[in-house]
Amino acid sequence: MAKLINDIKEKFNKQYANIDKRIVVCGGTGCIAGGSQQVYEAFQKEYKKRGLPYTVEITDGCREHSTYISKSGCQGFCAQGPLVSVGDIFYTKVKVSDVEEIVEKTVMKGEVIDRLLYVNPTDQKHCKTLKDIPFYQKQHRILLADCGKINPEDINEYIAHGGYEGLAKALEKGQQFVIDEMKTSGLRGRGGAGFPTWLKWDLTRKPQSKVKYMICNGDEGDPGAYMDRSLLEGNPHSVVEGMIIAGFAIGATRGFFYIRAEYPLAIERVQKAIDACYKKGLLGKNILGSGFSYDLEIRFGAGAFVCGEETALITSIEGNRGTPRPKPPFPAVKGLWGKPTSINNVETLANVPYIMTKGGAWYASMGSGKSTGTKVFAMTGKVKNTGLIEVPLGITVKEVVYDIGGGPLHGDKVKAVQTGGPSGGVIDGDHFHMPITYESLQEIGSIMGSGGLIVMDETDCMVDIAKFYLEFCVDESCGKCSPCRIGGYQLLGYLNKITDGTAKEEDLQKIEEIATAMKRASLCALGQTAPNPVLSTLKFFRHEYDEHIKDKRCHTGKCKNLAKFEITDKCVGCGMCKKACPVGAISGEIRQKHSIDQSKCIKCGQCFNTCKLKAIIRG
Amino acid sequence: MSQGTNTREDISDIIKKWKKVEGSLVMMLHSVQSRLGYVPRWAAMEISKETGIALAKIYEVLTFYSFFKLTKPAKYQINVCIGTACYLKGAPELLKAIEKYTGLKDGQTSEDGKFSVMGLRCIGCCGLAPVISVNGKIHGQLKAGDIKTILDEATKGE
Ligand SMILES: Cc1cc2nc3c(=O)[nH]c(=O)nc-3n(C[C@H](O)[C@H](O)[C@H](O)COP(=O)(O)O)c2cc1C
Ligand code: FES
Repeated sequence: MAKLINDIKEKFNKQYANIDKRIVVCGGTGCIAGGSQQVYEAFQKEYKKRGLPYTVEITDGCREHSTYISKSGCQGFCAQGPLVSVGDIFYTKVKVSDVEEIVEKTVMKGEVIDRLLYVNPTDQKHCKTLKDIPFYQKQHRILLADCGKINPEDINEYIAHGGYEGLAKALEKGQQFVIDEMKTSGLRGRGGAGFPTWLKWDLTRKPQSKVKYMICNGDEGDPGAYMDRSLLEGNPHSVVEGMIIAGFAIGATRGFFYIRAEYPLAIERVQKAIDACYKKGLLGKNILGSGFSYDLEIRFGAGAFVCGEETALITSIEGNRGTPRPKPPFPAVKGLWGKPTSINNVETLANVPYIMTKGGAWYASMGSGKSTGTKVFAMTGKVKNTGLIEVPLGITVKEVVYDIGGGPLHGDKVKAVQTGGPSGGVIDGDHFHMPITYESLQEIGSIMGSGGLIVMDETDCMVDIAKFYLEFCVDESCGKCSPCRIGGYQLLGYLNKITDGTAKEEDLQKIEEIATAMKRASLCALGQTAPNPVLSTLKFFRHEYDEHIKDKRCHTGKCKNLAKFEITDKCVGCGMCKKACPVGAISGEIRQKHSIDQSKCIKCGQCFNTCKLKAIIRG
Repeated sequence: MSQGTNTREDISDIIKKWKKVEGSLVMMLHSVQSRLGYVPRWAAMEISKETGIALAKIYEVLTFYSFFKLTKPAKYQINVCIGTACYLKGAPELLKAIEKYTGLKDGQTSEDGKFSVMGLRCIGCCGLAPVISVNGKIHGQLKAGDIKTILDEATKGE
């Protein structure tokens, strides 16, 4: 079996020997939005113009001393895109107009163009290669390593990097081997709940059934998270390989990718990967001569958060409204079309090929306690460096936010970090030294979730954040069970009262009662976890709730109905605020202190943003 | 897009392709929407007739998933991400600026069918927050002041 894989590898390496240099243009969604496709084309044009040999595909036809102009998946540093690397040299914010200079100087003469290097915001150091950038230094990239390097649309390159060796090994050594390695690895589901992957597979393998299904959960509903999207786009073969190995381990006949329709590029790349596998005999009948036959296809999600929940997802693949059903029976016993089914998250599956080739013990050597391996997070919000990061579990929040994230965005203090999206909670400043594991997060009332990690500073109102998440869950509640449908709505009503300034102190008691009822009685985890953001902010930021309720004040100015703008004695009467005010609520003579007519003020904050002297206070 | 014979043929091809596949109603609706930009009633009725799935069930599914549209999309579809990252970095201000430009709030379509404004939950570009997309083209790292330029540019030649 390994022979076929080896042949492909050798052939690719032979073809690649003609490549002298490689230019990688990031083809992740973020960089494409910034114009990376045009940059990619501009490089080809520039080479053509100069008559230099280049190729955009590794084939037998590559001329000697060619440059390989290739695209990669998301490299994680989206805010700095479009990213281009020439060999080791790493350029950020590259525009079409830079291309000529890059070819002229960097490609032809090996010179570095200083202006395009990343400048580290904390020490102003210009970083020449990826390794010089603090954002990457503290990471431990396994899944993402190839993501930013290889061409996601070339199965041969994936194989040349060790791809499908894990599959060959699994097929050779048998189901038990796969399950044992997975058990040793300690890998737990990355979709949120952290269920041991080996156990899920073992439970699905046991029932006798001619037909079994494997599902990859690519619904990625947590708003503010895009790990799965990046993996599917950047290294689709790793997920496809994971799906084939998983299918083999449980004895499945067919597998489904369930990917949100909002991710067209991910869908396209996975489809290409599947097609390439069929061509090479890695899918279909009698895979690699092992006797194992297995088919894969894609089904689209359609914008319903609840469909990320496994039973709802199954109902959706069956062609229905995606509403959840009670468990048990668990999908391992009765899943898709009533057959034993294992459903795993994208990132969970992407880990599998690495565990097969490098061994479960290697995987378990990373991480901390029962949380082994690495985890990909999408770090966003008020930090200097936002982007995709992969870190060993057990790393502290502080290391993530300060060492990798570069600290607070505007110098304001980082107030809290949110994980787990609408089902999760916040970590307050006192817990920043805490190692990130499944257990530790649960202990303080949050969850690992799928990997959204949102940094908040003093300008964010915690009540407003809680309301934001709850609104999301209320919107997305499928309506099937009443604790979630009615409870969520009620809870939101109380939060609205708080942010409007009409709440009473007793209302906090009510909030806790409703939250408890929802947690206990909801049908699926959407409703069971929907109160988490509220409870968790209430636990750590009770004073902010009190401020809204008792003092009728929101010091961040986010809660518009409570906001009050006032002009202080710092005002020099420049008149800027008066011009900016859309409703004419500000009056005053030039060079004299202005004032705001509170009855006219619509609390839009324009004056506050306009004033250069910070003479307007919000509170 | 007219409802000419071509369109009808395309729709019946889509139905034929998916008809025999188990649980394919959602995929069929995706294909129809991707061909027409929305799922008009006549197409839903055609699916019902060809597959035997009750029209009520088709609408049950169509209305459950927010991705499906029942009315013809506007000429300029402005989607504003209101996912967490974008929300924190100023999506509400962008919505306000868009309202100023188009007169439309989240979820509205102008009567002449020129603009529609939709809030979406995370389009996976959080690294570029806040983001909007105009007819699928993504614009990131925006400030409220950028909206006019983007929309002027998009509607150039009107
Ligand atoms: C409301 C809700 C949304 C969910 N969304 C996702 C999702 O987008 N992606 C995902 O992998 N798991 C999601 N899950 C978790 C899945 O139900 C399931 O636990 C997971 O896919 C199992 O895979 P794993 O064991 O590999 O983590 C969600 C759960 C709930 C309750
Ligand atoms: S939150 Fe806006 S793109 Fe993710």
